[in-house]
Amino acid sequence: MIPKDELLHPGHPACPGCGAALSMRLALKALGKRVMMVIPASCWSIIAGAHPFFSLGVPLLHVPFLSAAAAAAGVRAALEARGEEDVTVVAWAGDGGTYDIGFQGFSGAAERGTDMIYVCYDNEAYMNTGGQRSSATPVGTFTGTTPKGKREGKKDLLSVIVAHGASYVATATIAYPQDMIEKLRKAKQKKGFRFVHLLSPCPTGWGYPEDRTVTMARMAVESGAYPLLEWEEGGWHVTQRPSFSVSVEEYLEAQGRFKGWEREELKGLARRVLLQWHRLRDLEGMPR
Amino acid sequence: MHLMLGSEAMAFGVKLCRPQVIAAYPITPQTHIVECLADMVEGGKLTPCRFVTVESELSSISVALGASGAGARVFTATSSQGLALMHEILHWVAGMRLPVVLANANRALGGPWILYMDQTDSLSQRDTGWIQVYCASVQEALDMVPLAYRVAENHLLPVMVVMDGFWISHTMEPVSVPSQGDIDAFLPPRSDRLFMDLSDPQALGAPTSSTTFYAIKREIQDEMEGVLRGFLDYAKEYASFSGRLYRIVEAWHMDDAEVALVGLGGIIGTARYTCSILRSRGIRAGVVFPRFFRPFPVEGMRDALRNVKVVVAMNRAFSPGVGGQLTQEIKWALYSLDSPPRVVDWMAGLGGVDPTPEAIEEAVVRALQGEDVIWMENPVGPQR
Ligand SMILES: Cc1ncc(C[n+]2csc(CCOP(=O)(O)OP(=O)(O)O)c2C)c(N)n1
Ligand SMILES: [Mg+2]
Repeated sequence: MIPKDELLHPGHPACPGCGAALSMRLALKALGKRVMMVIPASCWSIIAGAHPFFSLGVPLLHVPFLSAAAAAAGVRAALEARGEEDVTVVAWAGDGGTYDIGFQGFSGAAERGTDMIYVCYDNEAYMNTGGQRSSATPVGTFTGTTPKGKREGKKDLLSVIVAHGASYVATATIAYPQDMIEKLRKAKQKKGFRFVHLLSPCPTGWGYPEDRTVTMARMAVESGAYPLLEWEEGGWHVTQRPSFSVSVEEYLEAQGRFKGWEREELKGLARRVLLQWHRLRDLEGMPR
Repeated sequence: MHLMLGSEAMAFGVKLCRPQVIAAYPITPQTHIVECLADMVEGGKLTPCRFVTVESELSSISVALGASGAGARVFTATSSQGLALMHEILHWVAGMRLPVVLANANRALGGPWILYMDQTDSLSQRDTGWIQVYCASVQEALDMVPLAYRVAENHLLPVMVVMDGFWISHTMEPVSVPSQGDIDAFLPPRSDRLFMDLSDPQALGAPTSSTTFYAIKREIQDEMEGVLRGFLDYAKEYASFSGRLYRIVEAWHMDDAEVALVGLGGIIGTARYTCSILRSRGIRAGVVFPRFFRPFPVEGMRDALRNVKVVVAMNRAFSPGVGGQLTQEIKWALYSLDSPPRVVDWMAGLGGVDPTPEAIEEAVVRALQGEDVIWMENPVGPQR
């Protein structure tokens, strides 16, 4: 069951069709009210509202771009010193704030096993500044700083964070709300450093009509470009098998950020997108 | 009385204030402060307190930001490269009005690599909105910490407690330690409501309009002035149990002085010693110590310096292309006097160059001969 309570209020200033806003809406349904949220520079510093408006129903600390994980660790330390136990501390950061500028603090907090949920809502570029490459941007993407298409592939952050000894790691996306809510609930019940990666399509940055955000997320999953996974002590497993009813090329072709590639080139890109999950290829139902 | 290093005295001062969260990263010459505190926390002598062993100063100050934003009394410490690394978040902490206390053991900044003391690190953070209070002795390294928390929490501004690296941090002096009961009475638990609260969800640090931002900055300026007005009351209360009264501007031999030596921190002890030598040679010298560099005590400095002919600013940092920051501040404070004294810009020691009594004497003689900018011809200091 998806809870009816809304902790993301209507009237927030996200762009129409914003995947990151939907991500938050669902995440808070799963996490509930006893949450303390830390958000670094990102689209979400805007979506949470400009003073005196505030779109969230939980307390929020805005922090500089690189500070999310460490500031959340500080919130946790303060709660521990005061003996307050039943609060979920959440760092909520974009891909830039996680994969790039915030990477050091992210690694530090994970290595220390800091008791928090770190959510990376990944729209695969620096969208707040108009769409420039991050290390989470897929190969071939045209962005403001990759005018000839990004040459490098997406950083494999999931393996990195598992290697840190995180207590729970999952990928999820808004097209599968049930799956996403279950994962966040599970994350909430665990202790230690938990990492949830949310693919959050962005109509302006990705170049698709704003009513197709959920469709994009679904195509990403069904094509195998974004596997829905979970990592617990026992290892990885797939929570939702791709149907392969669409191909990765079709998923890429549906987006303006890959316009300009020839069919053959797109095929190559698609292969590389799938290859980024090569370490997980042995998983049941995953493309080979 | 206990014989202690400056770093230990600082750590004792911190312990007496019962911080709930400490986050710090080691750097010479600050390391002993945090090692001492880690021992206290792990040994159960400082509790309840969380010591977060971060991976960098970017994170120690970010942890401080988060913990203070969640309502805790927070301490961090650093020096030199570490303080410079924190710069962005220092601005954020001050703009958010979070009462964090940070100890900085002064050290020069590279390149080239340099371990020795000067004040480039702290003076480079002049405009971040942090209060800066300087310590001139090991005793002050302890006493300034409770005073710093009192100021920080009463005025909701972060405070940097600054001591000389090595010359104070690594120097032993006899120290009198106040009782825990006295400090508890002097410094009750943090009582502001400026933090995350589940029963009243608010956003802290949200984007704002230009006009609100302008108003916030103006409030910070008003509050800084409030610190200058309020400090003597806190200091008197502190003196009531410690017997040591600290003033915002300290002055020695200034009643009849014709030349004033002005400096920050440990150099004040050397200047006071040199002052008596100068007086024995017929030069009527005095010494002035603005304990606070931010807020800069403009009125206090005017009062202290209005009757001298020459002020020698003993700079232990400078802004390339202009000169000593301390010189600039003093000139700015004195400009509106009818006949302000001549202010001499002496580069008294950079990167560990030692402003010895002889060096001070020479600077005074050169200043009285009419030089306005003084660089030493034969600076002395550690040779590697
Ligand atoms: C130190 C620093 N550098 C650069 C910026 C400018 N900046 C603000 S948000 C942002 C990109 C954020 O990207 P991401 O984390 O992916 O979040 P998104 O905007 O895509 O939601 C950048 C570059 C900043 N605020 N601070
Ligand atoms: Mg992004």
